[in-house]
Amino acid sequence: MYGSSAAFDTPKKGEEIVEDPKKLAIFEARIERGEKIEPNDWMPHEYRRQLIRMIEQHAHSEIIGALPEGTWITRAPGFKRKLALIAKVQDEIGHGHLLYAAAETLGKSREEMINDLINGKSKYSNVFNYPAKTWADVTVIGFLIDAGAIVNQLINATGSYGPYCRALERICYEESFHLKQGHEGFVYLATGTPLQRKMLQDAINRWWEPIMHFFGPPDKISQHTEKLMKWKVKMATNDDMRQKFFDQYIPKVYELGLTIPDPKFKKNDETGKWEYTEPDWDRFFEVINGNGPCNKERLEVRRWAEEHGRWVRNALYDPKYKSVMPLA
Amino acid sequence: MKKKAIKDLIYKMADDELIIGHRNSEWTGLGPIIEEDISFSSMAQDKIGHALALYTILQETFGEPDPDTVAFLRPGKEFKCCHFTEMPNGEYDFSLIRHFLFDHAEKIRYEYLESSSEQNLVNLAKKITGELKYPVLHADTFIHQLGNGSEESHARLQTAINECFDQSLGIFELGEFEQELIDNKVFPGEKALRSRWFEEITPVLEGAKLKLPDIKNEEVGFGGRKGHHTEHLQPLLDEMSEVLTIDPETKW
Repeated sequence: MYGSSAAFDTPKKGEEIVEDPKKLAIFEARIERGEKIEPNDWMPHEYRRQLIRMIEQHAHSEIIGALPEGTWITRAPGFKRKLALIAKVQDEIGHGHLLYAAAETLGKSREEMINDLINGKSKYSNVFNYPAKTWADVTVIGFLIDAGAIVNQLINATGSYGPYCRALERICYEESFHLKQGHEGFVYLATGTPLQRKMLQDAINRWWEPIMHFFGPPDKISQHTEKLMKWKVKMATNDDMRQKFFDQYIPKVYELGLTIPDPKFKKNDETGKWEYTEPDWDRFFEVINGNGPCNKERLEVRRWAEEHGRWVRNALYDPKYKSVMPLA
Repeated sequence: MKKKAIKDLIYKMADDELIIGHRNSEWTGLGPIIEEDISFSSMAQDKIGHALALYTILQETFGEPDPDTVAFLRPGKEFKCCHFTEMPNGEYDFSLIRHFLFDHAEKIRYEYLESSSEQNLVNLAKKITGELKYPVLHADTFIHQLGNGSEESHARLQTAINECFDQSLGIFELGEFEQELIDNKVFPGEKALRSRWFEEITPVLEGAKLKLPDIKNEEVGFGGRKGHHTEHLQPLLDEMSEVLTIDPETKW
């Protein structure tokens, strides 16, 4: 699961590359015609750089995203929930696997990506820097966060880079099952005992801000992404995706008699848009920059896995095999 | 033939599967490579799925409570799992060796049960022996690769097997109704299982240049089948039942 919260940046001063205008024109015309760009095709440096950054962050989000839910596998109430949760978290790790492979086609190896994750150079979705405090949090993640991820990923699956789109198609297919199990667990609590309902409402209240942050800052303060949209790297603006998510899923929260912890939150019938209190965007950037409630813990776990698994990787390593595509 | 004897056999098999499945699931997010995260997750699902199938037989044929109650709410002293399954995961070397030793024993057990006099077990065994070859293949492959890998990986596996081999023999601790089960052709008994297990694991270890250590204490891992457990079982059970015990009467 993934949201595009921190996917793009601007090239550093002095690092912008002037592309051959003829090649660029052919490339842009291909994208305009709806063709997919494949690993060995010519592509602008900036296209490659942003795609690596985006796919890598997406992959990290999958493996870090496995952690908050993963800690509940051992506590899931009953066989049905336990088996579903293991399978779901396993899928998320599998998505990471698939996405690292997609990013490798652009010239960065999985090892380099994981090293950059651990040393803090590359990010992952902010939403995973929050704790899953109770079982109800697991159902909120499984329903609403997964739903947000689907909104994001379905749109991205129509992008221009072939390997990423194909990975996303498969991921979305699996995510639709995740959403079903998340929604079912959510409904069970919503229609359960007063204690279960309270647990769920509390969890929604806790997760509301991370959910608002999920699609990234409002368009008016977002970085300039026109070129990325033209190249079909970014497929929709943050605000558009957020509105789409509200349209599809907030009614499902309301129909269970649950509330959204924002007195301003409502749909404006005239504009067709949802209105809300802007969440604290300073806090969003603070969390991205490492100061969220679980940033340290998440990276510590990843670091443990890297350090304690190094002997296995070293023993299996064979320099004959290289899975990174040469730069086109 | 007493129902009690078959129930005892099914309980120990089911409890082994549940507890080792739980341990496998703890590797989620921690594996040395992503592929191993995924493998241990698959094996966790298989094992817990087998436990569920066995508890379901207990409920439907032997009148025991439903699987969730039996697995999540039973007191620790009523569990019949062997100590080997209870041990914390430790490092990947121990987890891999345990997976190798346990899964070979599991596969052999179910292969024998395909010709059991207890029809419920025959049906289940026929269903799952086909899938049991994959975790065994996984274990054998990794034992082979890491045993023949680096000096460090070889030393780690040898140390792990030296340290846990005696305890793994607890898998074959005799049950209270052992002779009755053999006489009634439910299964050929733990001794027969154990000798076939030796035959199967020895060539794999040899191929990985690993040695089986001399057995120092046959019974060091015994007690589980009688309800005596290591200090690691109860915290595991407490964690497993943490949510369900908030309100055991309701659906989650």
